[in-house]
Amino acid sequence: MENVKILEIKQSVFANNDAQAEKLRQELKKRRIYLLNLMSSPGSGKTTTLTRLIEALRDEMRIGVMEADIDSDVDAKTIAATGAKAIQLHTGGMCHLDAAMTRQGLEGLEPGDDTELVILENVGNLVCPAEFDTGAVKNAMILSVPEGHDKPLKYPLMFQVCDVVLINKIDVLPYFDFDMAKCTEYIHMRNPNAKVFPICARTGEGIDAFAAWLKDEVTRWRG
Amino acid sequence: MHELGIVFHIIDTLEEVGRENHLASIQSVTVELGEVSTVIPEYLTDCWNWAVKKRELLKEAVMHVEVLPAVTLCRDCGKEYGTVEHGRICPWCGNEKTHLVRGSEINIKQIEAY
Repeated sequence: MENVKILEIKQSVFANNDAQAEKLRQELKKRRIYLLNLMSSPGSGKTTTLTRLIEALRDEMRIGVMEADIDSDVDAKTIAATGAKAIQLHTGGMCHLDAAMTRQGLEGLEPGDDTELVILENVGNLVCPAEFDTGAVKNAMILSVPEGHDKPLKYPLMFQVCDVVLINKIDVLPYFDFDMAKCTEYIHMRNPNAKVFPICARTGEGIDAFAAWLKDEVTRWRG
Repeated sequence: MHELGIVFHIIDTLEEVGRENHLASIQSVTVELGEVSTVIPEYLTDCWNWAVKKRELLKEAVMHVEVLPAVTLCRDCGKEYGTVEHGRICPWCGNEKTHLVRGSEINIKQIEAY
């Protein structure tokens, strides 16, 4: 061990992933594909919301979906039934997707030149996915009413990195002590620029407003 | 699960450092963890010890963890305080308009290698 030396690294663990994510974003820009990273806790209604969103946008643009889960392909089957191209990604026990896994997913999805929007449904988890940049153009998350309006305080990073927060299951608001004004205030404490859309994926209420925002985003990204 | 993902990212980074610097073996890695980084030091070292066994460059590498204290700044009175002790509400003036200044770091500080 006579030649052991100390090397200063001084690098965030996320630095490599951030660089890979930025590279992927630039490539998507060139291919004119808009990638949206959708996050939430399990059971907040990601797949149902996606189904509604696809119904609202499928006549206007070509959409691909990547469903990430630790196991199973139930979500990909649900999405495929809408007519959108869908693939299932398995994270092999990992609690999040990173940029390299997203790239592999895109290679598997093989979005054609006419694909305008790809949505990544991340693993249901409010902690880890927030830390790993996937290479998406924008981050969206769903918070459902039964989860409570205090979640932006408990999972600050998730709300800090999200450009859009969808508050889902507003049809059950009368049955829960969910304070919409407080929730919006807490979200804006973490990210003053976050857009908030109250929706009900079950009935489709509020989906149009989110779809209009997304359509505008896709148009601007594709130039 | 979270810690294992972090470990794989550290391994990727160090294998790149190893190639660039023509290293034969890394003996130790020192990681800086913020107090509120959501990474649990014991889980991280357990995952590390399991994951490096299969890596030629890293199989002898011991992980050292240095915990960095978390500090929150009050935007109203401008004072700083310990995040873990007082949480989100400023102990000086009672305001909720506070943000984390440091304590969420997950950094690779240095390695010992030959």
